[in-house]
Amino acid sequence: MEFLLTLLGATLRIATPILYGALGEMIVERAGILNLGIEGTMLLSAFGGFVAAQLSGSIYLGLLIAVAIGVLLSLLMGFLSITLGLNQHVSGLGITLFASGLALFLFRIIYGGESIPPALEESFPQLRIFGGTSLEPVFSQYVFTYAAFLLVPLLAWLLYRTSFGLRLRSVGENPEAADTAGISVFRTRYVALLMGGALMGLGGAFLSLAQLGAFTHGIINGRGWVAIAIVIFGNWRPWRVLAGALLFGGLQALQLRLQAEGVQLPYEIFLMLPYVMTIVAIAITGRNASYPAALLKPYRREG
Amino acid sequence: MKKLSLLVCLILVLGAFGGILTVAAQDEPLVVFGAFATPIEEPWDGVIHAALLNAQEEGLIDYTFQDEIGYSGDMEIVLREVADELQPAIIFGDAFGNEEAVRRVARDYPEIAFVFGSGLGPSQPNLSVFDNWIHEPAYLSGLIAGSLTESNVIGVVGGYPVPEVNRIINAFVQGATEANPDAEVLVTFLNSWFDPAAAKEAALAQIDAGADVLFAERFGVIEAAQENDLLAFGNMSDQNELAPETVVTGPVWNMEPTVNFVINQVAAGSYTGLDLKDFSMMGQGGASLAPYHGFEDTLDPDLLEMVATRQQEIVDGLFRVDINEELPAESLVPGDGTIGG
Repeated sequence: MEFLLTLLGATLRIATPILYGALGEMIVERAGILNLGIEGTMLLSAFGGFVAAQLSGSIYLGLLIAVAIGVLLSLLMGFLSITLGLNQHVSGLGITLFASGLALFLFRIIYGGESIPPALEESFPQLRIFGGTSLEPVFSQYVFTYAAFLLVPLLAWLLYRTSFGLRLRSVGENPEAADTAGISVFRTRYVALLMGGALMGLGGAFLSLAQLGAFTHGIINGRGWVAIAIVIFGNWRPWRVLAGALLFGGLQALQLRLQAEGVQLPYEIFLMLPYVMTIVAIAITGRNASYPAALLKPYRREG
Repeated sequence: MKKLSLLVCLILVLGAFGGILTVAAQDEPLVVFGAFATPIEEPWDGVIHAALLNAQEEGLIDYTFQDEIGYSGDMEIVLREVADELQPAIIFGDAFGNEEAVRRVARDYPEIAFVFGSGLGPSQPNLSVFDNWIHEPAYLSGLIAGSLTESNVIGVVGGYPVPEVNRIINAFVQGATEANPDAEVLVTFLNSWFDPAAAKEAALAQIDAGADVLFAERFGVIEAAQENDLLAFGNMSDQNELAPETVVTGPVWNMEPTVNFVINQVAAGSYTGLDLKDFSMMGQGGASLAPYHGFEDTLDPDLLEMVATRQQEIVDGLFRVDINEELPAESLVPGDGTIGG
């Protein structure tokens, strides 16, 4: 029983940055834009938030800066893919290369030559909700994790129960019709991108300001790409995206525990478990994937 | 500027008299290039880079470098370009993942000393190899860890199970089980050199499985120990600063003996391709146990003395730590080794 409870606790922790990234990417894709800048955005946000927190001594300022960086990079993504109408794959990958390079370049300028990674004096603490009870291992989480789970119903409500959500979905499905109906395709897509960027920034900040309280190379290590796969698995729906993040996080937590418990199998089998299962899950559910119809298509008024 | 050009003219004129130029060149710092596959912030290449920077500060070498060359073919391009344009006396670097490229280029430029971190052997006339042979202090760390554990479960989180990492972990396990025959060592691999969040989660999983002392082959593990008020051992560099209450000590690698030896050999004109592993071991000062940073006041004096004695035996060549590059066994059958035997 204790094994299951600690497993669940680790699952929630591991799923958190991926859930932020996936929810952010989901909003953006629902508006018709594939943001491959997610990996670089999460890295630069993790870095910028860390530096701001270290210089100012305030983790809250760090959080703000991380979100601001996510928003700014998404603004750049919007300029390239919405205003200029450039290819979204190229724009997004360009932003990932740019943001990753910039983060590592600045990292060297500020912290170059140190043999151990810089760490914060004070990072976000864990909030123990059921302290002292057997549920403690499950509910000893960072505030980011609780917030991520609250975001899921909030985003579901926003997408399906508000007029903003309707507009957002319509520019992702049929921008011409949305435009005819008087919806500003440009503005709606920009808003979606900025919201998504803020969430990606939170995902990066979770790693550098809470879970580790430190910054090094490889702090994101492909979590952005996993988030994109989770969006497809989740069929662009908040609750299913949550399920995907939990599945991936759960398998990752399980494989680490199986390795630690000394189960006598080649460790590579455990390592590949989360990835193989994600591929299998996508292969099964992906056949019914309902891509937003206007995904990848820049919108231009004709005439 | 005028003085400089005068000097250049002077050297050229003197050089015309034959032989004198080579004497002048020996007083100049050697031109040295560093070629690293990873960013220099990565601890392994960081140790090489630090030693070369140190040699530059001492005025021994004129050092430039390129890092993050990667594993997809750029190493050969960089090395050939540097060999043609910069024409350095020595190229230091790490050949892991680029073994063939490094060896091809070294063959084509026999006048340049190639000194590379490698899992393979040296090659005449000019390719020397080194590696982080820090299994000795890893063994000493294991002795301490085995004595400190109360649950008799010790966790180790490693990057990849490559020979170099296996060597360190196996030596640590040897020390731990020697000090505490009941100790069980849990080993988890990440298949990544740089994913501190995953390393931390792996360490937390080991703590959940009962581990109360951790060996952080990778970054991220110490944070997990700190969060749970447990003790941990760093790796590669002195990592006490990360968590002063948590990090007891750990194996430290120092490339300065290797770098100084090669510089002297090249300057003396007696350089040849060698396996430089001894210069990365405790006897030559290439490996050491990190300072205790105050833990000497809280650790059992008998334990400290036992470790110091064993350390002296290693330095004096009286005790050899096993070199075992096999995949560490997941959970070890308690050995029958006794301390001081």
